[in-house]
Amino acid sequence: MENTQIREFLEQAIKDNEVMLFMKGTPEQPACGFSMRTAGALNALGVRYAALDVLPDQRIRQELSGLSGWPTIPQLFIGGELVGGCDIVMEMYEKGELAERLGADMPEDEDMEPAAAVDEMPVSNGPIPLENKLNR
Amino acid sequence: MPTPDELKQRIESALPGAEVQVQDLTGGGDHFRAEIVSERFTGLSPIEQHKLVYGVFGDEVGAAIHALSIKTSTP
Repeated sequence: MENTQIREFLEQAIKDNEVMLFMKGTPEQPACGFSMRTAGALNALGVRYAALDVLPDQRIRQELSGLSGWPTIPQLFIGGELVGGCDIVMEMYEKGELAERLGADMPEDEDMEPAAAVDEMPVSNGPIPLENKLNR
Repeated sequence: MPTPDELKQRIESALPGAEVQVQDLTGGGDHFRAEIVSERFTGLSPIEQHKLVYGVFGDEVGAAIHALSIKTSTP
């Protein structure tokens, strides 16, 4: 696959998915603590989102950072716009801004660590396995 | 390998007047946490604020600096 095709795929994924998370690993098996926390925040809010693992091909990450201007992973896009990496997403989550932005309700137990919710959420709730398309 | 002091100085010279604290999270010299208070962040979105900080280090973020966790605020 050419780099330009990867970039086009990424652009399309960001456009097609209202909530699009680029991460290391998958929501079920995150490969990095920052990715785990970010996916955990989305899981805790129970929103439907698409997730793409950037690890299978390092060009995914290069092209993604090229188009977003953001150097690290994870990267969360909402409505086609980069919202932030782990720090910003977690700060927004804690302030309730992420729930507001996504039209979701905050979990009732305010003390719950978002990461703890990863195991509790049914897989059917969101993550769309986009990586399969890129691996072909 | 970058040190917290080195990162702190580089952020301070890029954002004059900023109050900067940098921690080495793992002691391994590649996972850092920076807390920055600067006038420069006024009126910028969180994304723009963080990009300003990432911009100080360019390609080093994701390479020599494996992870840079950032917290920004205005005075």
